[in-house]
Amino acid sequence: MRVPRYTTQKVAFGIITAAAVGVVIPLVLVIAYIVVQGIGAISWEFISAMPRSGMREGGILPALVGTIWLTIGTAVTSIPFGVGAGIYLSEYAADNSLTRTIRLAIINLAGVPSVVYGLFGLGLFVIFLRFGMSIVAGSLTLGIMTLPVIISTTEQALASVPQSFRIVNASLGGTTWQGIRKVTLRQALPGIITGVILGLERAAGETAPILFTVAAFYLPRLPHSALDQTMALPYHLFVISTQVPGMPIQIQYGTALVLMVFVLTMNLLATLIRRYFRRRRQW
Amino acid sequence: MQIPAVPKDVDWREFFIEQLIRLMGVSAIAFVLLIFLFLVREGVPALLEVPLSNLLGQRWYPTFEIYGLVPLILGSLLVTVGAIAISLPLGLATAIFIGEIAPEWVREILKPAIEIIAGIPSVVIGFIGIQIVSPLVREFSGAPTGLTALTGVLLLSYMALPTIISIAEDALDAVPDSYRHAAYALSATKWQTIWRVVLPAARPGIITAVMLGVGRAIGETMTVMMVAGNAARMPLGFDAFLRPVRTMTATIAAEMGEVARGSTHYHVLFVVGLALFVLTFVINLAAALTIFREKRGGGGRFLA
Repeated sequence: MRVPRYTTQKVAFGIITAAAVGVVIPLVLVIAYIVVQGIGAISWEFISAMPRSGMREGGILPALVGTIWLTIGTAVTSIPFGVGAGIYLSEYAADNSLTRTIRLAIINLAGVPSVVYGLFGLGLFVIFLRFGMSIVAGSLTLGIMTLPVIISTTEQALASVPQSFRIVNASLGGTTWQGIRKVTLRQALPGIITGVILGLERAAGETAPILFTVAAFYLPRLPHSALDQTMALPYHLFVISTQVPGMPIQIQYGTALVLMVFVLTMNLLATLIRRYFRRRRQW
Repeated sequence: MQIPAVPKDVDWREFFIEQLIRLMGVSAIAFVLLIFLFLVREGVPALLEVPLSNLLGQRWYPTFEIYGLVPLILGSLLVTVGAIAISLPLGLATAIFIGEIAPEWVREILKPAIEIIAGIPSVVIGFIGIQIVSPLVREFSGAPTGLTALTGVLLLSYMALPTIISIAEDALDAVPDSYRHAAYALSATKWQTIWRVVLPAARPGIITAVMLGVGRAIGETMTVMMVAGNAARMPLGFDAFLRPVRTMTATIAAEMGEVARGSTHYHVLFVVGLALFVLTFVINLAAALTIFREKRGGGGRFLA
């Protein structure tokens, strides 16, 4: 007996819809669960005090501050190179073997496992350049890891600016750089900012690259300088959920919640910027 | 349309800026070479100090200077294959749903949701794994511990999903509408069109999605280290999924903090890193070649 083809379609679409719903439901559940379990731990003291009694009491201030510093450091190191490389690929690069090699290199940078970035940072920044375990070493490691995301989003944002903009610039006697600075870059800025924030969001949540380059197990003070070690939120969550026996469960969920809020705020910001400017765009 | 040729600029500033931007573009190549160079630099001493037969052995006991990498490599393979087996059908179905079936407003919800999944820090997923998934695995499987290869597989498959979904969706999107219209004109149903026309046409892109998903899963560190139990032994036998397993990434992350700099163990860990680098390099190269063949250009969401 042949199954009627619209019955087949109904069954297939049913399965596919169920799969898509099945992908999103755990996300909603996990976020809700972390909020419910962790909200009780959140207080002013939790985010503004030093950890005490082997991290089983007190707050997470040094980890929070450390992550903020690392995010800033990552931005400083990755934005100039990332946006520059994106501009090069979109506006200057000819279709030749050099450009293809650069593209391959970027795809590869994107695929290098995060823990291998950690090894690289240890070898180059911590040992060879003698930065020691420090915010500088961690930021540079995270910065290089973030490059591919920033490069590719910058290139895409620039490539989506209509060609007519460039032609008008050239017809008015503008040079290539004038056109980029005053026309193309300005039009592509929202897209670039969105990409930068998404890249930094990943960096802020990473643990493996900072394991051997900056993260301190327990350091209940704020960093003195860029050459100082620091605690960081992701590593702190790892430490208190696997390395410290007898850790109150609420502090673990509270730390997870703060980290999630930190990361998701950046995500939300990126989405809002993209929405806002897509609506306002005239082309 | 071609941009009209601008007379060559004599302005030194223009020249300087162009060279600077070119330098930044080329720096991407320099960074890849630097990573390779430093992995080799720190890894080579191990290759000189440890005989190859030791490195290719089946036991990993660094305290007794036994550095067999096979159990670690097999551990990585086991969790990666398991994770892809789950996330490929699920991810492909979700991509089809987003690209071909879902109404606009559902798509507007799903796409950011998948971006959020991609953004959840791996350490948070590992934490959830310890708190929620691992007790469930213990309960259902009856294994003595919930920290097993299966737990790692489940969480890794969830982490590979965003990569697979977004690239597969790009691939579906790149299939020209004329293909679909032609199928409809032959009175094919929507499902017949998807199954017999769109999916075969999108196959190279879907293969790319799988390869990059594999790259993502094999390189994931914190989650597997937290939930897969970390026992470095050969993951063989029927119940391998229900026993603890140790991957290459987790080995580096767990042991690098405790070894003395410059010791043999330290250099061997760099060899493990070098192996990971080469492995992901090959996978990504293969994926990239499929992309270049399609003339889709580089860049794009698939990098995330």
